[in-house]
Amino acid sequence: MMDTLLLSRIQFGANISFHILFPTITIALGWVLLFFKLRFNRTGDMRWMEAYRFWVKVFALSFAMGVVSGITMSFQFGTNWPGFMEHVGNIAGPLLAYEILTAFFLEAAFLGIMLFGFRRVPGWLHTLATFLVAFGTTMSAFWILVLNSWMHTPAGFELRDGVAFATDWWAVVFNPSMPYRLVHMLLASGLTVAFLIAGLSALRWLFGDRSGEVRTTLRFGLTMGAVLIPLQILAGDMHGLNTLEHQPAKVAAMEGNWETRGNVPLLLFAVPDEETRSNSFEIGVPNAASLVLTHKADGIVPGLNDFVTEDGEVLHPPVAPVFYAFRIMVGTGMAMLVLSWGAMALMARRGEGVGTWAQTRRGVDGLPKLLLIALVAMTFAGWLATLSGWYVTEIGRQPWLVTGVLTTEMAVADVPSGLVLSTLIAYLAVYAGLTLAYIGVLVHLARKAAKGQPPAEPRKAPSAVVGGLHAAE
Amino acid sequence: MLTLFGDPEVWLPLAFAGLMGFSILVYVVLDGFDLGVGLLAPLVDDAERDRMVASIGPFWDANETWLVLAIGLLLVAFPEAHGMILSGLYLPVAIMLIGLILRGVAFEFRVKAPAGQKANWDRAFFAGSLMTSLSQGFMLGMYITGLEWTLATLLFSTITAVFLTVGYSFIGATWLIYKTDDDLQRKAVDWARGGIWGLLGGVAAISIASPLASERIFERWFGFPEILLLAPLPLTFAAIAGVLVYMLRKLPAEGDAFAIVPFAATVLLFALAFAGLAYSFYPFVVPDRLTLYEAAAAPESLLIILVGAVVVIPIIIAYSALAYTVFRGKATDLTYY
Repeated sequence: MMDTLLLSRIQFGANISFHILFPTITIALGWVLLFFKLRFNRTGDMRWMEAYRFWVKVFALSFAMGVVSGITMSFQFGTNWPGFMEHVGNIAGPLLAYEILTAFFLEAAFLGIMLFGFRRVPGWLHTLATFLVAFGTTMSAFWILVLNSWMHTPAGFELRDGVAFATDWWAVVFNPSMPYRLVHMLLASGLTVAFLIAGLSALRWLFGDRSGEVRTTLRFGLTMGAVLIPLQILAGDMHGLNTLEHQPAKVAAMEGNWETRGNVPLLLFAVPDEETRSNSFEIGVPNAASLVLTHKADGIVPGLNDFVTEDGEVLHPPVAPVFYAFRIMVGTGMAMLVLSWGAMALMARRGEGVGTWAQTRRGVDGLPKLLLIALVAMTFAGWLATLSGWYVTEIGRQPWLVTGVLTTEMAVADVPSGLVLSTLIAYLAVYAGLTLAYIGVLVHLARKAAKGQPPAEPRKAPSAVVGGLHAAE
Repeated sequence: MLTLFGDPEVWLPLAFAGLMGFSILVYVVLDGFDLGVGLLAPLVDDAERDRMVASIGPFWDANETWLVLAIGLLLVAFPEAHGMILSGLYLPVAIMLIGLILRGVAFEFRVKAPAGQKANWDRAFFAGSLMTSLSQGFMLGMYITGLEWTLATLLFSTITAVFLTVGYSFIGATWLIYKTDDDLQRKAVDWARGGIWGLLGGVAAISIASPLASERIFERWFGFPEILLLAPLPLTFAAIAGVLVYMLRKLPAEGDAFAIVPFAATVLLFALAFAGLAYSFYPFVVPDRLTLYEAAAAPESLLIILVGAVVVIPIIIAYSALAYTVFRGKATDLTYY
């Protein structure tokens, strides 16, 4: 039977993987909803309100999933990882407390008003509630990423008898990797939501929905994706350079580079093997890794073999999962780039008729069916990229829980492995069921919305569609 | 500032114990009625169930957050106790968490999933509420008896599990008396009339069993002069319980007068029972093993949290009050617009 450490890691990994799916959606979707609401306030155009009404349901469901799975983790610190708080509780404690105090209550209390208060409160208060919920989710992301970044690049503390004490809270909060990680995660949330909106809107389109609302959200999702993806590539690159400076072993695993050397190729594919400490089936671009990481073709890239002590103790992370997860993340990002920019180009083409480009561009009608199907397939691409990115950074931190301070092994609880296994199985069953139910409900909401909308033919002018929706109220 | 109130190694842990106790009490009351409504939900038809859910829909999320705060305070202020208590209660904690997950998502799924699945999510709503209530009651019993797994403590904890579930159902019923009208309100009064004896019986049983189970609690209660100091507590409890029993016979009253009284009285009963428990355990945070003062985190860290808590908790209470004001009055169907 597997040992308690491994099972506890799998259990926490499963919980946090399931949890992160939903905040990844709510963080950015909150701001998107605020945008929809503000557009409606400004223009009075019902398309924005319709979009708000559809997506607030997705938000409510995602929020509930995020809350309940988040509670699980606050307990698991105690049930499975008591050593974490014993050693670094003086740092982690205040950060978690501030997350609860400044974020959790804010979002939870105003969520009720945001969801159900539209007719009960003045318009400004409803808009304010939407803002505060979005703000709360982002604050929550801020505090938890501060803590997570501190675990990667701890700063502003001293150790007394193995227990960390804060000496400089400013340095704790603004630790070296925090700004990069925060930006990278917020952009990941934005991209996840962009492709979720584009994907579900494309699904509604394929179901025959040609409403003004679905046109708006489809274009909105694609534009958001097209704008954010280059920013994310830039932010990811900077985060990688930051990691190279502070956690070189992680970068060595990401690149699958065993020996410290110059002229390192960028491996598109390989099978890393820790037994032989080498790769097989390498396909690489010569010198590209050196170029990306050091901006010089012959730049020195750290190798994994530097992180093995003379008596054979391995102080670098397991290579294969980090190596593969990194490629899945980057590959998904590239697919996002191609798809969103391709869609933008297709939408920008001139259609028939006379007039300026703005009047005749084909817009969402210019999107071929195949591309819409691809968008549906990419609905949850943000999840895939976010999860694999988290696996890169979290597995990449091993064997440390807090780099240089606390190993994962030191923190685990002395709970019988059979007990951990049984709860692990129970959690996995619940999470798998709920993830399926969640996706099922999103598809159901899309189908239901498509049914209630004007059919594909004959096409109406946008103003007539808006008028028609008004009449249907 | 650290020495403003005397020795920080004394007053800081005490302040945090107070904050944590406050959070637990608020959680037990607020999520208590949410869970109670969930426990009672199978007793009515679909339309009435929608109204029951509507009576807690805008609040449950914030209510549950008090549990996160309570456990968060335990985690940050008494890290050693957090590990000791939660790893000692590994299994009931896991069951509670799965219950909380089911209950929380069922709120959303039951109205958003295809109509054919609603009944299943209603079952999940009930099952989640039941799992949560039973496991919390079980943990209460294990905590009282010192977190040891023996036949006697298991038996005691099973009893507390049942009675806490009854208690939650009861406060849920009183909440429904306050938030609903007509048939559903009359049903809620009926449930409460039955449930009150379960609640009082439970408090009595736990009050009798606790001093028998723990010598220290026996000393605290029946030693002299403690017994004189403690006496007002059960007397007040009995007086309020009397009012409650009387009111439940009279309700529903003309013009819906006094509909809030049973709920308010139940909140007081919960607070008194909680005060009794807190009194019994002070100064231990893990009964008979670890005191507040031994378990507390570093004063510097505690102070930073305390400053935040003192500033933010009043604000939290203010906007929670706003939410309850916005959704005051009888529950109506929840709509997104």
